[in-house]
Amino acid sequence: MSDLKLANIIGKDLKTEPIRTGFGRGLVLAGKANKDVVAACADLTTSTQMHLFKAEFPERFVEIGIAEQNLVTVASGMAAMGKIPFVSSYAAFSPGRNWEQIRTTICLNDRPVNVVGSHAGISVGPDGATHQMLEDIAIMRVLPNMVVIVPGDSLEAERATQALAEDSRPSYLRLAREATPIITTADTPFEIGRAYIYHPGTDITIISTGTMTYQALVAAEKLKKDGISAEVVHVPTIKPLDTTTILASAKKTKHVITIEEAQIIGGLGGAVAELLGEYQPTRIVRLGMKDHFGESGKPDELLEHFGLTAKQIILHATHMVSE
Amino acid sequence: MSTLSVEQLELQAEQIREDIIRMLEHAGSGHSAGPLGLADIFTALYFDVLKKDPKNPSWEERDILLLSNGHCAPVQYASMARAGYFDVAELMTLRKLGTRLQGHPERTKLPGLENTSGPLGCGLSQASGMAMAMRMNEEHHRWIYVVMGDGELDEGNVWEAAMFASKNKLSNIIGIIDRNNIQIDGPTESVMPLEDLKGKWVSFGWHVIEIDGNNVEAVIDACAMARAIIEKPIMIIAHTIPGKGVDFMEYDFNWHGAPPNHEQAIEALHDLRTLKGKIRSEHE
Ligand SMILES: [Mg+2]
Repeated sequence: MSDLKLANIIGKDLKTEPIRTGFGRGLVLAGKANKDVVAACADLTTSTQMHLFKAEFPERFVEIGIAEQNLVTVASGMAAMGKIPFVSSYAAFSPGRNWEQIRTTICLNDRPVNVVGSHAGISVGPDGATHQMLEDIAIMRVLPNMVVIVPGDSLEAERATQALAEDSRPSYLRLAREATPIITTADTPFEIGRAYIYHPGTDITIISTGTMTYQALVAAEKLKKDGISAEVVHVPTIKPLDTTTILASAKKTKHVITIEEAQIIGGLGGAVAELLGEYQPTRIVRLGMKDHFGESGKPDELLEHFGLTAKQIILHATHMVSE
Repeated sequence: MSTLSVEQLELQAEQIREDIIRMLEHAGSGHSAGPLGLADIFTALYFDVLKKDPKNPSWEERDILLLSNGHCAPVQYASMARAGYFDVAELMTLRKLGTRLQGHPERTKLPGLENTSGPLGCGLSQASGMAMAMRMNEEHHRWIYVVMGDGELDEGNVWEAAMFASKNKLSNIIGIIDRNNIQIDGPTESVMPLEDLKGKWVSFGWHVIEIDGNNVEAVIDACAMARAIIEKPIMIIAHTIPGKGVDFMEYDFNWHGAPPNHEQAIEALHDLRTLKGKIRSEHE
């Protein structure tokens, strides 16, 4: 097993919590650690869990209203005066609507603004395709200077938020709405730019991010019983990508599956395919949204419908290893 | 604050206009009309209004100047060089590979620039964020000047900022609209009408001052008045003539995005020298 002090995810000890809740806690901790940490939100303060920061530091919270372009450009200005802004909305709106402002006034202008997109992914559920942000990883990953973080559970989101407050680069932090299994513990390491082997193996590499790392771990346990040794590489930092860890694992297993709640074009799957294609061509299957939008439904139904489950990982892994 | 007389400031504005013509001719691309029209406003700002230290551009007590319509960068570069931020000779590197004087201003390349701009509509929002941070930091005696184009006001982002700054009574923001009535596709009132422009800003909760933006003294006076207003953010609508000072460019929207060629530059410089800084007179 991994020595990363993970939680026991098998059995009745499993706890769940929305990833965004960890962000809310982490932001308060970051605010306590540094008085220059400030927050702004576009009329979704409770949904994005910024209400915790607002309650603790009302004078350091800025309400923007439903104006996502203003949200990130105001943050650029605050950062210019030495603040460390976190700005939140639903990912469909920020960075969905304000990409150019993020590009020009944050990335090119090199200001340490942390853009936080909540309710990302297909698991937003019944709200439907308009609100299921699936392209955010792609449009943030392509920006020079931008760090892209997709935590795997609420505890990792809490640690990532604190780490981002201490990092001087612009960033995008992607959060999910639904309660998600807690796979880490307070002692599990998190560093910006690092990928972690959550489950060591030798036959196939499963590279996952966000809510899908739980599915990858469940799949790895099942595959073990079937005699297939799967290595789960959890990638909370999509950019800068931990190329060393990914290349080493792919070299060892020679089979790679990626899985994410996002478009594989430009997403984690895109990033890994680019890396392997250039440095170490490897058989790869990418699970995620495949150039189409989502639709309304219950979160679990949608994950099943679009093939984002441990079951699908197992099917593909079994097939690939037997090829 | 300046020790220059109005006459000296007018001569300085003419010098900056000559710089703009030479820079644009040498670069072979760039915008002529806006920078020429803004020369008097930038002279007022860099040679009188702004609290600044060209030898220490990151001085903590400085006023902030944001050029929101970044395509007017030549007038800012020329003003900065003449004010002592860098050597005047560097102006001829405008738009050349490796230059600090990018086609549109990039903060990280040139000390003294406060923002990176070009895509329109962001300056007032950035100013609002700066003003909020200054309030948190209890810095009450710094002003943020934001120069915007009038065509730029088509951008929705501007009006998001207009609401935000008004809500928060960010009275240390002094916006200056270059009301030259042109944008790339033609006159502003045919592309997308802005009038009643004053009424729009008043209804958004701003204090509005209207001036002749080609009168250096009027610009200085308006900024002084703006600093005395503490209830609201302030918008100065500065009526200017696009291409001001060069006869064949004035009022012509075709010069918005074009540079002069060699012959046109010679004619333009002749026009400017003939004026000898007397641009103000026709407004009196
Ligand atoms: Mg104009």
